[in-house]
Amino acid sequence: MTQVNMTVNGKSASGDVEGRTLLAQFLRDDQGLTGTHIGCDTSQCGACVVHVNGEAVKACTMLAIEADGATVGTIEGQANDDGSLNVIQQAFQDHHGLQCGFCTPGMVMSAAALLKDNPKPSEAEIRHYLDGNICRCTGYHNIVKAIMAASGQDVSAIAAE
Amino acid sequence: MYNFDVEKPRTVADAVQAMAREEAQLLSGGQTLIPTLKARLASPSVLVSLSGIDEMQGLSMSDDGLLCIGGGTTHATVATGAAAQYPALAHLAARIGDPAVRNRGTIGGSVANNDPSACYPAAVLGSGATIVTDKREIAADDFFLGMFETALEEGEIVTEVKFPIPSAAHYEKIIQPASRFPLVAVFVARFADGVRVAVTGASNNGVFRWKQAEEALTENFATEAVAGLQVDAAEMISDLHGSGGYRAHLVAVMTRRAVAAAG
Repeated sequence: MTQVNMTVNGKSASGDVEGRTLLAQFLRDDQGLTGTHIGCDTSQCGACVVHVNGEAVKACTMLAIEADGATVGTIEGQANDDGSLNVIQQAFQDHHGLQCGFCTPGMVMSAAALLKDNPKPSEAEIRHYLDGNICRCTGYHNIVKAIMAASGQDVSAIAAE
Repeated sequence: MYNFDVEKPRTVADAVQAMAREEAQLLSGGQTLIPTLKARLASPSVLVSLSGIDEMQGLSMSDDGLLCIGGGTTHATVATGAAAQYPALAHLAARIGDPAVRNRGTIGGSVANNDPSACYPAAVLGSGATIVTDKREIAADDFFLGMFETALEEGEIVTEVKFPIPSAAHYEKIIQPASRFPLVAVFVARFADGVRVAVTGASNNGVFRWKQAEEALTENFATEAVAGLQVDAAEMISDLHGSGGYRAHLVAVMTRRAVAAAG
């Protein structure tokens, strides 16, 4: 076992892990942060997207040891300090950007990473960016709408496809 | 996954030393290797992680005009960092996998793995790049030997890839929607001394140069020049995603589109 130390959602987190322990397992099983979902476990679906040093990564395809010393952000750290939903989360609620909700943590984390680099993405840019996030309810349309709204853009022009 | 130790060297020299351990395996971004380990298709006793080696990170221009990319540089970094010097390469890097994969996957890992459907081998071969390892320099033409096979020796580390920059280039791909790897993709690069055309995703022997198209395009860099040309369907991959004949057809179409886009 190897000790790893990282900052998760602003708090220091440490634990003993095996070489093969995935970041997703460390977050869920060791830290109890079960908002990071494991869907496919093959880096296809994006339910496990978290931020490592500010960049979106698939936590099911990164070893916990590789995140030693990193700053990690998960869905649990997204809400505002007073516990209210942040802009992206609120937009998902307002625009019905979730159905069963399983993919939502990954969708919100990907959306946050997109808006950090590209504060006013076009609809096409949002759809392209979400290439690695699969919604098995196929609720993409309202997810795209929510992200448009979260970036302060008009959503009335988005037509259903 | 079977369990393994993880070594995190800070220099190439330390990584080489760590690879001396029995059943050691290099780990770059892990976007292919970790799924492979999960499927128990490999069972190394130690992974030597390359992601903490600063000397293998980033892009720079050499004095003789080559774009030098450290083996540990992620696709996302190449997508932004090469945009000014080599837009076709940046464009290719920006469309590998998805954003989260691009934040981990590296150029060194991609060329060392030589997946027959990977994007980077097409750019490396199509540009006539040079692969630099901890031991030597290898020309792209001598590097890719077949499906998942390269000239790399056991434990040899791709530390850098050096790209000559063409006057015009473009990478055109059609993806296989489930895996998001190219079903067929073509990299076309025009240099002062000729045109290179590299094809990925199509052949049973991995990435290859389409010499016939290269000759025609060197003569006349226009879509008409390759209009009637075809690769041999019998040598193309035939699987549930597409027949050899379909892939052969796509090679010609992707080549024409790449030429048109390169201008």
